[in-house]
Amino acid sequence: MPSALINVPAKAKRGDIIEIKTLMSHIMETGYRHTASGETVPRDIITGFICRFNGNEIFRADLFPAIAANPFFSFFTTVTESGKFEFEWIGDLGFSETASASITVE
Amino acid sequence: MSLVRTIAIAAVLIATAVAAAEIPQEQRRSGFSFMTPETQAMQSDDTANPGMLWVLDGEALWKRKAGTAEKACADCHGDAATSMKGVAARYPAFDKALGRPIDLEQRINLCRANHQQATALAFESRDLLALTAFVTRQSRGSPIETGADPQLEPFIAKGRALYGQRQGQLNLACANCHNDNWDKRLAGSAITQGHATGYPLYRLEWQTLGSLQRRLRACQTGIRAQAYDFGSPELIELELYLMSRAKGMPMEAPAVRP
Repeated sequence: MPSALINVPAKAKRGDIIEIKTLMSHIMETGYRHTASGETVPRDIITGFICRFNGNEIFRADLFPAIAANPFFSFFTTVTESGKFEFEWIGDLGFSETASASITVE
Repeated sequence: MSLVRTIAIAAVLIATAVAAAEIPQEQRRSGFSFMTPETQAMQSDDTANPGMLWVLDGEALWKRKAGTAEKACADCHGDAATSMKGVAARYPAFDKALGRPIDLEQRINLCRANHQQATALAFESRDLLALTAFVTRQSRGSPIETGADPQLEPFIAKGRALYGQRQGQLNLACANCHNDNWDKRLAGSAITQGHATGYPLYRLEWQTLGSLQRRLRACQTGIRAQAYDFGSPELIELELYLMSRAKGMPMEAPAVRP
């Protein structure tokens, strides 16, 4: 079970710009490396990251082999109502992980 | 000719004397202070520090039953926040049964063998790093106390000798870089003082968490020496010397380094 670290402020004022930070555990194997015997190490990367707020997509990123292990995302959004952020990572070899965090807007 | 030879010998003697000079207490610095503000920020924020992923895994392992004894670490040690506070700051420590010092990874594996009847975890395996990171995390901010036990003295002396011993094709001792040239750079990278305050740590170059033993072996490869085996007495003595040399400095694990 891969670990994820999510940082979303628990509270914010309506109209505030907040920073969201996510860190997902993943080896991000490029697919360009070879073993000592010459066989290619198969690619195993996260290919996509999506953040939804109350069901609406607010942030999306495509990932590629040059991105380092344990990808870290930091992005900003304006909050207008209380609700739930849902995060989804998808990748090679059937990788699929989700996490969520709630925010109270006053 | 003889004058030239005398000068050459004198120069060698001076170089040896310089290599033996230790860093004064008030000039000691953690590797943290050599990093860019960006990398420092990554270490200081627990939600940006990738080492915390291993701490999370380690917390789960701490509570999971293992081995034929069907016991978890928590069944004996309880809440790690209290039972493990300051423990890692005393390692490597003297083990009475073995009559020699062992590091925290070896202690975890001894606990697995003796109390959980579980198989040993391989050095640098994710599970061993995770448990080590979780236990070491409980000592963050605690001053390093390694070496207080008088039984460790002969082993610290061996570690100090290894630290000052030239080796490899480049014929360098640890001290040549980390005592004598820590205020300079090597190929653009800061040469640090070798105070092992943050292990196990997330090294950006490795893209993973690694132990102090891995770091020492990487240094040996760098000077083109034959690296000591994981768990070898030499590596433990070096770990012990480095930690006793950093006595009083605060623990940082899991640190981030470039």
